[in-house]
Amino acid sequence: MSRLSRDDLLAGGIFLAFGLAFALTSATYDIGSLLRMGPGYFPMVLGIILSAFGVAIILTAVLKAVRGHPATAGLDEGGIPWVRGALVLAAIMLFGFMVAPLGLVPALLVATFLAALAGHGTSPLGAAVISVGLTVLCIVIFVVILQLKLPLFPTGG
Amino acid sequence: MDWSNVALGIQTALTPTNLLFCFIGCVLGTAIGVLPGIGPTATIALLLPITFNFEPVSSIIMLAGIYYGAQYGGSTTAILLNLPGETSAAVTAIDGYQMARLGQAGKALATAAIGSFFAGTVATVVLAAFAPPLADAALKFGPSEYFSLVVLGLVASIALASGSMWKALAMIVLGLLLGMVGQDVETGLPRFAFGARELYGGLNFVSLAVGMFGVAEILRNLQTGIHRPSMVGEVKDLRLNRQDLRQIAGPIGRGTLLGSALGILPGGGHVLASFTAYSMEKRLSKHPERFGKGAIEGVAAPESANNAAAQTSFIPLLTLGLPAHPVMALLIGAFIIQGITPGPNVISDEPVLFWGLIASMWVGNLMLVLLNLPLIGVWVKLLSIPYRILFPAIIAFSTIGCYSLGLNTYHVFAIAFFAVLGYVLIRLGCEPAPLLLGFVLGPLLEENFRRAMTISKGDATVLLTRPISLTMLIIAALLLFAAVAPSIRKKREVVFAEDE
Repeated sequence: MSRLSRDDLLAGGIFLAFGLAFALTSATYDIGSLLRMGPGYFPMVLGIILSAFGVAIILTAVLKAVRGHPATAGLDEGGIPWVRGALVLAAIMLFGFMVAPLGLVPALLVATFLAALAGHGTSPLGAAVISVGLTVLCIVIFVVILQLKLPLFPTGG
Repeated sequence: MDWSNVALGIQTALTPTNLLFCFIGCVLGTAIGVLPGIGPTATIALLLPITFNFEPVSSIIMLAGIYYGAQYGGSTTAILLNLPGETSAAVTAIDGYQMARLGQAGKALATAAIGSFFAGTVATVVLAAFAPPLADAALKFGPSEYFSLVVLGLVASIALASGSMWKALAMIVLGLLLGMVGQDVETGLPRFAFGARELYGGLNFVSLAVGMFGVAEILRNLQTGIHRPSMVGEVKDLRLNRQDLRQIAGPIGRGTLLGSALGILPGGGHVLASFTAYSMEKRLSKHPERFGKGAIEGVAAPESANNAAAQTSFIPLLTLGLPAHPVMALLIGAFIIQGITPGPNVISDEPVLFWGLIASMWVGNLMLVLLNLPLIGVWVKLLSIPYRILFPAIIAFSTIGCYSLGLNTYHVFAIAFFAVLGYVLIRLGCEPAPLLLGFVLGPLLEENFRRAMTISKGDATVLLTRPISLTMLIIAALLLFAAVAPSIRKKREVVFAEDE
């Protein structure tokens, strides 16, 4: 027996969890019958199928390990970029929180600064330069050229 | 072929506005084809929200230009840097890069351009000739035929893909389920919205595509860093002599035919096409040992095949409303944004769009040849844009783009959600493409199933008793079986192993 593929187990687990979540939520809607399908029918069936696929992936991984096949490697090796990843996600989330109340310019400045900070070898000063440059570029493209009607600054309301 | 339609198409494609959009699409496409770290899927997703402000014809022409432009750009870097910007260009890199190392980079690039242009021209004619009759046939489809067709399309898209079959199947179903979020079409009941009004309209397609193909890719690149190899030698002498032309004529012709046929298949048809064309030339050659060491046929055949396939992969989209791969799924989104339902009706209801798009493809191919060969140095210079500037720009464009769709901040938060989901799943060996196809086709699948059941009074066997529907389900089952069967599976793994 060789090592179990952790990737396969996790992937199977994720699909199983999503499948069960969708199937259980569907059960709270009207299921109906084949003739008169309610809103819950189709997602319920799909949820069950997805759970079954999740189980199949887990079982295949276990079978492989029992038979002594080498575990399949994922597409990526190496560590998860926790800090850089968090910066990128924070950039997106903060843009979402800021853009409506504060306008495009502040939201873009903050978002591009945080995202740029995630780059390999970008200093805070470098990130600030990139951020100002990209903000100007975006305003030119989206507001000047494409004429999107987005407020640039706090509207004071 | 109805010539008045062809004339209409040429007229449409040659208006100054559409020429400009075609040009923008080709330039953008070449640029992102050259640049590693951003592909046509992410780019088209980024531009989708913007196209809302343009005419339907112009925006579709531009998005299509990005797609086939990227094929050209991808082969440029494959030849010069052994860096296939696109999966389908991976085969070109084998002999193209060797040619470049032997000082024949110019010849390789010229061969790729001529092959692509010839293939693009032929495939455009194939598209014009085959799409209308196919759409006519599809117009007679009832809900049960449509349901089976969508099932077939989904299954076929993974039968040709690489990686674990179970994972690909699970990704499709997860995509289908994510596509169910939002108000139920028939009853108006919001499903899986958890009380959030913003989710009643469903999860945003653009956020999903941008998150899974754009931002998740950034997260992966931040983990490994992007390495920029240096270029081999200079590009000089793009001319081909008579002997070269004689050598590439056959491979280009065969590659074009093969590519046109395989492109129609759902899934990675164009990847398969370039690989098959390459191995076919190798087998036909009197000197197979030259392959891998800079054989000019090894550039000509896969380049023609992949460009022909890129063009003919529009056929299922324009005739059945069925996307063959993620880029086509995004074009479905583009149609919907413009208020056009993709399907067999497009050709008859929107002749200007259909014929204009086809004519623009030929114009675009011509532009690409003229753009690419003389300006090769400029394109390669693009590689000097550092990734640490490029990726914050991608983030900025994605967030503004998604927000501008209805000024809904949920669309922005959704990018982050799908980026994390995409990153995790990709890391676990699940490709995101089937999920996107499932997401786009989910509502279509459910709607047709429900309608079929209403018509048949709840008799599910209707799917098996109607001949066209049954045939399609049988083909789907065979494909699925073939993909899981161990012997064929091994062969498939070999194909994709060499492809990487």
